[in-house]
Amino acid sequence: MSSRLISWLLMAPGLLWLTALMIVPCLLIFVLAFFERGTYGGIDWSAATLENFARAFDHLYFSIFLDSARIALIATVIALLIGYPAAFAIMKAPERWQTSLLFLAILPFWTNYLIRTYAWIVLLNPVGVINNGLIYLGLISQPLPLLYNEFAVILGLVYNYTPFVILAIYSALQRLDPSYAEASRDLGASAVTTFIRITLPLTAAGVAAGAVFVFVLSIGNFVTPDLLGGGKLQMIGNLIYDQFLTARDWPFGATLSGLLIALMMIALFMQAVASGRARGEHV
Amino acid sequence: MSRLLHIHLGATFAFLYIPIAVLIVLSFNRAGLPTVWSGFSIEWYGRLAANPKILASAWNSVIVATLSTLIATVLGTLLALGVERAKPSPARDALLFAPMIVPDIVLAIALLSFFTLIKFTLGLHSIILAHVVFNIAFVCAVVRARLKGFDWSLTEASRDLGAGHLVTFRKITLPLILPSVIAAALLAFTLSIDEFIIAYFTAGAGQASTTLPMQIYSMIRFGVTPEINAMASIVMAVSFALVLLAQRLNRGRMPGA
Repeated sequence: MSSRLISWLLMAPGLLWLTALMIVPCLLIFVLAFFERGTYGGIDWSAATLENFARAFDHLYFSIFLDSARIALIATVIALLIGYPAAFAIMKAPERWQTSLLFLAILPFWTNYLIRTYAWIVLLNPVGVINNGLIYLGLISQPLPLLYNEFAVILGLVYNYTPFVILAIYSALQRLDPSYAEASRDLGASAVTTFIRITLPLTAAGVAAGAVFVFVLSIGNFVTPDLLGGGKLQMIGNLIYDQFLTARDWPFGATLSGLLIALMMIALFMQAVASGRARGEHV
Repeated sequence: MSRLLHIHLGATFAFLYIPIAVLIVLSFNRAGLPTVWSGFSIEWYGRLAANPKILASAWNSVIVATLSTLIATVLGTLLALGVERAKPSPARDALLFAPMIVPDIVLAIALLSFFTLIKFTLGLHSIILAHVVFNIAFVCAVVRARLKGFDWSLTEASRDLGAGHLVTFRKITLPLILPSVIAAALLAFTLSIDEFIIAYFTAGAGQASTTLPMQIYSMIRFGVTPEINAMASIVMAVSFALVLLAQRLNRGRMPGA
């Protein structure tokens, strides 16, 4: 048997599984987007239409898209601001500690997402740990409205995705040749200048990878806005959920999902461009 | 400067771990009020063990995670072995990366629509089929990372000495990649047992195919209870143990890296 044939035989079952249960269903979503809901739910296959797309760009729904993008963007920026210095600190730590520190930073990422989100309900609710603590210390007399608002949702997203940012940026820092920064220091640049002119641009690919990950997973999030937004705050994920399980308008839900996939692809494309550029500067 | 960095790292770890620690501490709280401390008790753990709904959903989760992990580990490992031998293909790499980045809710509704359209009955088996999708991609990524440093001259030597493909795989390749394969399987099991949205959409109606995360979700929607704190602590302890074991097996290489 030729080695090409063997490699195809090895790949075939896995690739078929992904095609049948990911590619085909996602293509189906794009097809559904062009039809309308039947009178009794289900799908009316009689005529294709662009009605759903017109509806998605309608003021009401479009503002949910914009809100989701804004919340995801804020969460991304905060996660980068926390994650970059944390990754940098791990990189600067003694070599024998680095693996353990990185492992500690990633570990929460591997626990149940619902539980990590629920932990913030315990902390933030009106009779929760933070409010009770502040009242006990006499700093406030009335509980602060910490839960069921945009603040709580952004906090939840940052909490859940910061570990990944640390991982992405740490890998970029690790690939970076330390002699560049040393040369810059030897030539008289300050630590801050060296960081801004040398280290940051050369780790742009890691920043882009982390940012895209946080942004994409945040904008399509359902659990965090649902649990920490308390139903007052709607993001695209919740809107899609409602179209499928409450309104029973699958074609419109499919349209929203299709737009979400399109957004995701734009973000991934931008990341590819950013990391390509970062690679170009290396040479 | 370096002092500031240390403080920042300390604060980041506090941010990541305090919510988890609070949850665990409160799971041993005697009072029914879940957020005010009133003495040590393991009563809530006892209540969990006596709750048939929770036990049944935990069992469902174990079935789903075990079967989806087994299928995904075999297919994902074969896929990784094939990909590392084949010509590089950006399109194929994108396909293998996609399940990790597609928003859960999109994959969930896509699968629900697909299963409904082909009139496929929903239940535990459809959750398993769905979980294999992201687990294949994940196992493949972990095993590929191991194969990157693989010395292919070892398998060539085995072939030159007259061993067939299967014997070479069984005696040379498999023993060398086995720790990574097991690590990938443990991580896949963790992902599957914790996965909520895709399971929620592909489970169909009824309590029979409720998984543990679905049960946790409905309890959280109902309100904060010490029972959830206790269950959350157990679930986290199981995940931590599995990931720790995976990390040991993978020789300190970071899972997900």
